[in-house]
Amino acid sequence: MSEIHAQTAQYVRDTMLPPKPPPENDSGVVKWLRSNLFSGPVNTILTILGILIVWLLVNHFWGWFTHSVWNAGSLSECRQLIVERWGEGSTGACWAVIRERWMQFTFGFYPSELYWRPTMAFGLLFVALAPVLFSESRKIRRIVLVTAAVLTLGAMLLLGAPAVWLIFAAAVFAAAIVAAEQRPSLLLIFSLLFPFLGVWWLWGGSLWGPIMALMGLVLGWAAFMLLGRLSPMLAGIGMLLVPLLWWVYLAGAAAQDAERLISLSIPAVASDRFGGFLLSITIGLSGIALSLPLGIVLALARRSDMFLVKTMSVMFIEFIRGVPLIALLFVASLLLNYFLPPGTNFDIILRVIIMVTVFAAAYMAEVIRGGLAALPRGQYEAADALGLDYWKAQRLIILPQALKISIPGIVSTFIGMFKDTTLVTFVGLYDPLKSMSDAVRASTDWKGIYWEPYIFVGVIFFIICFGMSRYSMYLERRLQRDHR
Amino acid sequence: MADTAIPAKEPFRLSMLIYDRRYRSLTFQVIVFILVMAFGWWLVSNTVRNLEVLGKDFKFDFLSQRAGYDIPQPPIPYTADDTHLRAAVVGVLNTLIITVLGCVAATVLGVIVGVARLSNNWLFARLMTVYVEAFRNVPLLLWILVVFSVFREILPPPNAFRGEDPAASMILFDNVALTNRYTAIPTLGMTNDPGSLDLGWRVTISWAAIAFIVVLIGGWLVHKAIVKWAQATQDQTGQRPTTWWMSLIVMVLPSLLLIWYFGLHMIPPELKGFNFTGGLNISNALVALWLALTLYTAAFIAEIVRAGILAISKGQSEAAFALGISPRRTMNLVILPQALRVIVPPLISQYLNLMKNSSLAIAVGFMELKGTLGGTTLNQTGRELESILLMMGIYLILSLIISSGMNLFNARVKLKER
Repeated sequence: MSEIHAQTAQYVRDTMLPPKPPPENDSGVVKWLRSNLFSGPVNTILTILGILIVWLLVNHFWGWFTHSVWNAGSLSECRQLIVERWGEGSTGACWAVIRERWMQFTFGFYPSELYWRPTMAFGLLFVALAPVLFSESRKIRRIVLVTAAVLTLGAMLLLGAPAVWLIFAAAVFAAAIVAAEQRPSLLLIFSLLFPFLGVWWLWGGSLWGPIMALMGLVLGWAAFMLLGRLSPMLAGIGMLLVPLLWWVYLAGAAAQDAERLISLSIPAVASDRFGGFLLSITIGLSGIALSLPLGIVLALARRSDMFLVKTMSVMFIEFIRGVPLIALLFVASLLLNYFLPPGTNFDIILRVIIMVTVFAAAYMAEVIRGGLAALPRGQYEAADALGLDYWKAQRLIILPQALKISIPGIVSTFIGMFKDTTLVTFVGLYDPLKSMSDAVRASTDWKGIYWEPYIFVGVIFFIICFGMSRYSMYLERRLQRDHR
Repeated sequence: MADTAIPAKEPFRLSMLIYDRRYRSLTFQVIVFILVMAFGWWLVSNTVRNLEVLGKDFKFDFLSQRAGYDIPQPPIPYTADDTHLRAAVVGVLNTLIITVLGCVAATVLGVIVGVARLSNNWLFARLMTVYVEAFRNVPLLLWILVVFSVFREILPPPNAFRGEDPAASMILFDNVALTNRYTAIPTLGMTNDPGSLDLGWRVTISWAAIAFIVVLIGGWLVHKAIVKWAQATQDQTGQRPTTWWMSLIVMVLPSLLLIWYFGLHMIPPELKGFNFTGGLNISNALVALWLALTLYTAAFIAEIVRAGILAISKGQSEAAFALGISPRRTMNLVILPQALRVIVPPLISQYLNLMKNSSLAIAVGFMELKGTLGGTTLNQTGRELESILLMMGIYLILSLIISSGMNLFNARVKLKER
């Protein structure tokens, strides 16, 4: 039947009709508007509400932003300029305060002839970070290092760094760029040295102090190697005890003696001169670097089978998490001296760093514990089946995966900690947000200026924190191993 | 059974403490315990020696001394002649007030923003994203200072409301006046005041408030009973009686009767002389702190809510739509109950954060626990150790109470797995 039917058909079209454009109402901008802004009554109301909010904001702030003044010596001059340019009664932003106090916002009361030192430390930080944070892609590493080199050297030139140090920084950057191309793992050596060098560059004084501190680690490693032949237990004890004894009893005297023999001093800067973003970044970065390992240890302890270890870890974490950071900062500034042997008095920034680290580590421990709990049980069993001991299993199988799972949480802890560095204002340090704004306002020139310093500091914090969260997203994508 | 595999009893050697798995963890624990105890002993002995050197002692008797400082707007009667202990209690109450106010407002705003970020309205979703990112990536201290500055610098002084043609006007039907010193809100007045119950320590609760609480709780219990009866009827007959009007009556009618009986009415603030009187003048420190904490925490809660809703697989809502359930009921009956179990645990920690962040009140001079016990009391008595230890203890107890309460709630909403 069907064959007959086909042959008897009079006419069969053999070409396709050309596709027609969709109806006018269902394409392009109109369709987008209809589906995204006006798809229903609720949606339309929301759109109108949104437009109203945007209009209110723009209406309020547009004039203020467009009437900005960048060049003026004082607030009254600013206001005068605004009135001259845009007529009587107009208001505008006076960014001149940022322009004039830029260095103070960045460095606090750091001696101005030494501004190049923190700048150099900050630039070289990227060399130290490159093998850790940008280990995957050679291209990204290249971009990061070259940009850091150009910016740092330029800034150092502008700030009047001595030629010796300019050459030094240039040499380090050149070596780093070469190493990053050939053998990135070489850069790790610099990453390990950087904490000691960074402290020296920031605070100044004798290089022998950081060297002797570093010596403690070397001694610990040596003790581990030597005693390891006798018994692993002794090696473990030696590895902890030898550096401790060295730091407590010998390192200080050794540093002084060495300094007397060969002087390696640069001008020292006291902690109370630190301020602004220099202070925030110093505290934030040290806290980040120190709290991650401490957090891992706490998380492992909390998941341990050993009752005592577990209980103590739980008590520590819950105590720290139950108390506001301000209380801990006050402990740092008021109580720490009570807990230490009489006569000890150490640096307020160091005390704050300790407290911030402890605080962040407790949060970090909970985040990592979540990661550990999220790992399938099979991973632990597989490690056991391979005959790995506890530490090997953790190092090779468990922790890499657990840390990968907890990246978002870890980074948000970092962001929270970096934001919390502004709280040091309450223990008398010059944070960029409150203390610096107050310091600026204390001068008669800028009395009565409120919004510009806040907006400026807020924008800088936003850029740094937003950058961190975007980096964590990049890291998550990069480490993604499952193919969905 | 007993004769299967009993290994020959090895003689105990000292090295077994390290190499034998049976003893190793015990050895390790003992070592850790000794180290921690030694560290603790070191701290305590240092403290004792330091206190001796300074000629101080460790006593809490300063709490019963006269405080000698004023607290603006204490929630319970307080004067400068009261003790430091009472000041500390006022501080705790202020912390609790700001925490409760902040948690409620932040939850409401956070849920709205979180849902709005997922809305298919492009413009609104983008706006909410901007809000969330702006608040999450900038320190809370900045928002507190900015909001406080807005109140202090931009709002008009109280006397701007004066005159025939005032420079400023009150909002919300002439009930709320925002000034640069305080926010004047209406209070409630009673024509038929039943007096108050004295709880001791000069703390009183109005009998009217007690009556309202009793009536509300009673109404809620009756409502539960009605629902139970309706369920029982439905189970027996298959017909569910309409109960909403009964519930409405038992929940609302008694309160309305009480309002009528006590003659409850609103007293709006009025400008008399230099200040507003009649209503309640809430200091801007409290309002600014509350607003800033709310806006900041709501941004985090919005992300939690959004993540919770996104965590529910699309199939759930599709299944609900396939059954012909309306979008609103899908949200209420299918998505939210499942999302809650993802949302509640991080929500608990946001509440805790809000409570701890309320200690930033020292930036605006609101006297909560950090401002009283950890601030003025500490400075006046010079008892750093006692004050800070006590303060941390109180914060710790508050955290534990909040987290255990919320964990109870979590246990109720979490997925019942069989």
